Amino acid sequence: MATVAKEIRWPGRSASRPTRRGDAGVWPVVGGLVAIAIVFGSLNGHFLSAENLTNLALQLAATGMLSLGIILVLLLGEIDLSAGSVSGLCAAVLAIVHVRQGHSALLAVAIALALGAAIGLVHGLMFTQLRMPSFVVTLAGLIGWQGLLLYVLGRGGTINLPFDGSIARLSDTWLPPWASWLLVVLIVGVAGTSAVLNRRLRRGAGLPLPPLSRPVLRIAGLAGLLCAAVLVLNTDRGVPLLLVIFGALVVSVDLVLRHTVFGQWLYAIGGNAEAARRAGIPVTRLRIIAFVLASTLAAFGGLLAASRLAAVNQSSGGSDTLMMAIAAAVIGGVSLFGGRGRAYAALLGILVIQSITNGMLLLNVDSSIRLMVTAIVLAVAVAIDSMSRRGSRQ
Amino acid sequence: MFAARGVSKRFGAVRALDAVDLHLDAGEVVALVGDNGAGKSTLVKVISGAVTADEGRIEYDGVPVQINNPHQARSLGISTVYQDLALSENLDVVGNLFLGSERHRWAVLRKIEMERAARALLSSLDVRIQDIQVPVAMLSGGQRQSVAIARALVGEPRLVILDEPTAALGVEQTAQVLDLIRRLRDRGLAVLVISHNLADVRAVSDRTVVLRLGRNAGEFRTAETSPEAIVAAITGAAAWPQ
Repeated sequence: MATVAKEIRWPGRSASRPTRRGDAGVWPVVGGLVAIAIVFGSLNGHFLSAENLTNLALQLAATGMLSLGIILVLLLGEIDLSAGSVSGLCAAVLAIVHVRQGHSALLAVAIALALGAAIGLVHGLMFTQLRMPSFVVTLAGLIGWQGLLLYVLGRGGTINLPFDGSIARLSDTWLPPWASWLLVVLIVGVAGTSAVLNRRLRRGAGLPLPPLSRPVLRIAGLAGLLCAAVLVLNTDRGVPLLLVIFGALVVSVDLVLRHTVFGQWLYAIGGNAEAARRAGIPVTRLRIIAFVLASTLAAFGGLLAASRLAAVNQSSGGSDTLMMAIAAAVIGGVSLFGGRGRAYAALLGILVIQSITNGMLLLNVDSSIRLMVTAIVLAVAVAIDSMSRRGSRQ
Repeated sequence: MFAARGVSKRFGAVRALDAVDLHLDAGEVVALVGDNGAGKSTLVKVISGAVTADEGRIEYDGVPVQINNPHQARSLGISTVYQDLALSENLDVVGNLFLGSERHRWAVLRKIEMERAARALLSSLDVRIQDIQVPVAMLSGGQRQSVAIARALVGEPRLVILDEPTAALGVEQTAQVLDLIRRLRDRGLAVLVISHNLADVRAVSDRTVVLRLGRNAGEFRTAETSPEAIVAAITGAAAWPQ
């Protein structure tokens, strides 16, 4: 280099940031959860009991799955309003294939998930090829798939799933204590090993290392949290399989989003679609895939809801399911404008919403109050988020 | 190294480019100046493959080449930094540097390898960014411009085109970006800078090419030419060739 390397000091903005990422992170949500636990725990002794926490874990899986799918679409800066209706319709098709036509549960599940994927493909094609706004596409889906649900259910209106069938048993399966402890050991072991490996690779590559306390605290926190959950759940019926399935999907989606080219491109499109297109990223294909995944996860959520209810009826996936799924994603920190948020938002957000619902039901509070409290929590979550980001943008 | 000869482009009745010539050499900064509507942007789009010319030919190392789309331009080693920078504000510096050309094994990102390459690239350009893991939305305008320019170098190009690189910057940040442009030249790259700002043009370019109404309107060794002569060529006050 011929020029003399001159010290360039950029007008520093980074010195006095509140947090590294420029947002408040998960701490407001975690604080909110602690506050909810304290308030409802003191108002009703049953709220923090093992039995009720187990019920809570069962209640959150289905809507949480919808939320997880919606997050994939929100990251692109689009929206999916159809998740509730799609979950209901796919659950109805599942019940029809399995109960009315007597096919095996496995085939019924495969058909229901395939139907979800096909619906997502239709949404994605309408959005990318006909250039309809995603809001309108999925609003039509919200109305239309609900209509199709009523149509396929026919005059009966309700299809019961056999209580001892494999679909209903899905939500009545519990991990034996040894299995749940083995799972905890495996998860903490994998997390710890990958942290050590990552640190070693970074050192080998000569990259700056974060302070050792950060990964140690994170792993210790993870281990503590998992142990506490397993201890509590084991005093009741054990760790529900439903919770394990939901947790596994959240972790998988998070890993895909953060560590694969696909995930990086989703964030890139959500941040600046035009820049992504110019950089050679196949924007159209990724948008279609996101809608397909969202509807498939919605179908899976519908399956879990049907399993828990052991029935599919006209209100499956209806009423406030969709709104709660979207609210959960937003409370968890996913931006409606795209490009910001993580898969864990589905877990954290639905935990907040379901805790409020559950606690209010225990207190025998009317659902009018429940809806208003949920609305306030949603508003406060978004307000905290935008305030903390404005602070960091200076 | 690179030459466009007799390039013409019509948009309906408008003749945006009329038999324009341009040649660029390695290790040289060429400024492309002209009034609004002079054809600067169209010429750059032809070179970067966003627009195909109606007539004329493009030679690369003396060999005629076809540039029909941005991808072809990039594979020839022509890299363009657009005026709007085209950064993903939510991604960090590493993510933006490798946007669309992420290094990966199967589908898994090779984050450590990319971060190491990013740090090496930024330090070779003497670009200082305290924390390259923050979203670029949190960087200053000059830093973002530097990230956009550094990204243009990721594919190891031989020609870098910069569209109004200092337009939105303050005095200090403009000086930093001009320093960066000199460093590109010292790396042996051919650099084409489009600018409205004649002070910047004088500060950084070796040669100035003037377009007026879609035609060549002058070509000067920047250091040997007065600003008045360049302004005269831009406005058409002086006939050329004299």
